[in-house]
Amino acid sequence: MTFTWNWQIFLQQNGGGQSYLAWLMSAWGWTMAVALCSLLVALLVGSLMGILRTTPNKALVLLGNAWTELFRNIPLLVQVFLWYHVIPSIFVSLRAVPSFVLVVFALGFFTSSRISEQIKAGIGSLSQGQRHAGLALGLTLPQTYRYVLLPMAFRIVIPPLTSESMNIIKNSSVAFAVSIAELTMFAMQAQEETARGIEIYLAVTALYFVSAFAVNRVALYIESRVQVPGMIGGSK
Amino acid sequence: MLKHTLGITCLLAFVMPAALAQSPMTLDKVKSSGTITVAYRDSSIPFSYLDDKAQPVGFGWEICGRIVDEVKKATGQSNLKVQTQSVTSANRIPLLMNGTIDIECGSTTNNSERQKQVAFAINYFYTGTRFLVKAGTAVSSLDDLKGKTVVSTTGTTNYKIIRNLNEEKKLGIDLIGAKDHADSALLVQTGRAVAFGMDDILLYGLKASAANPAEFAVVGEAIQVEPYAIMLRKDDPAFKKLVDDTLAGLMKSGEFEKLYKKWFMSPIPPKGINLNAPLSKELLDNIKKLSDKPAA
Repeated sequence: MTFTWNWQIFLQQNGGGQSYLAWLMSAWGWTMAVALCSLLVALLVGSLMGILRTTPNKALVLLGNAWTELFRNIPLLVQVFLWYHVIPSIFVSLRAVPSFVLVVFALGFFTSSRISEQIKAGIGSLSQGQRHAGLALGLTLPQTYRYVLLPMAFRIVIPPLTSESMNIIKNSSVAFAVSIAELTMFAMQAQEETARGIEIYLAVTALYFVSAFAVNRVALYIESRVQVPGMIGGSK
Repeated sequence: MLKHTLGITCLLAFVMPAALAQSPMTLDKVKSSGTITVAYRDSSIPFSYLDDKAQPVGFGWEICGRIVDEVKKATGQSNLKVQTQSVTSANRIPLLMNGTIDIECGSTTNNSERQKQVAFAINYFYTGTRFLVKAGTAVSSLDDLKGKTVVSTTGTTNYKIIRNLNEEKKLGIDLIGAKDHADSALLVQTGRAVAFGMDDILLYGLKASAANPAEFAVVGEAIQVEPYAIMLRKDDPAFKKLVDDTLAGLMKSGEFEKLYKKWFMSPIPPKGINLNAPLSKELLDNIKKLSDKPAA
């Protein structure tokens, strides 16, 4: 018996009021929602922690280091389960929080530890002279960061940040373990219902690839728009 | 050239009778080969599974044993060799059809789609989707779960059934999917979901092996009841009659209920867990009716 393709299944109704194609699109929507919200959390928190780790204040450095080490050393799936099962049984008020929020925090904090490391490396790659020159000009430390250090550091670390953004799209598949109706969950349920595993998994793979690749292209565009001639990462 | 043609003709003369002799008549096959191959499952508790000594045991397995005894009488071979073969959901039908196994006593659903390829004996179990809830929750059907959160395992037909009924009756149920049966039960335990919809026999197993079984209850009318039955090759009336007669004999003499109580209402290997699953209404009926009717 030769294997025959059957892409028509995507147009079939699944009995729950949608076609499989509509369900696939809704699952993709959930994946992107989880990924983009987590990315926002990760960028904000990760940048803050990375900056703290480069300040002269030892207490802030300790805070930044502790945060980074905590979230780097625990596997992502374990972190997701901690947020979903363990912490709500300690802080009972968290039980009312929707699982979407919990998984955004879990994925966001996990990625923020990686981003903080990259930001710290970016700031560290600048020569000390830049900081001292800023301070010597009479700028306060926050002003030095804002006007001198960060504009350069962020441009330098756009490539690693692109990788992290693409990783977040792929890591969003762990959300299926906490009952978010995203692409991985769609794949498992739809292939059981239609018995056409190959077509379903190919479609899901293609969507993950397209999503991650789109993020990659957007980051490339941002990089080309913000580059400054003469700086590291500037135009050739 | 002539020598070769002669050689080939002789070879064919030997091969062809052997090919024709592979008739699907199980009793003839067993008589001529002196062996019967019985299939078993690795973990379809309590129908057919491996105990802690990696030996097949179970309700279905024991019934298969009684059938093999009848086969020995029917073929007049008291020292018939009994071979065992492990099967999975995916390969049980192909292996039956190609003759690798002769009979399968597991947790195979008897439905008309499968009856295009294989035959089934008298139904010997009925399972339906019911709900695992915290003890004391009053749920008698899906309608009682209107507007509530219900969980089922991703990748199962039960998830599909609940979703479709929810849409059809517009119950507004928030159906979530968990990654496996243990996770679904955990969601009910922590209160994230009110009920877990799954095959009732699996729910009994989960309840029995929980840390605190009294915390849970299996409730609700069974949705979409499906029968399990012993599977045999199609178009083999003599063997089907033998198997059906064996089952009918067990059911009429009360031996079937004894076997049922042994596997479903007493401690079973390997851990001595008691499933506490009483005979369903459909099974009690079938012990009298002796029907092999498939699910739709």
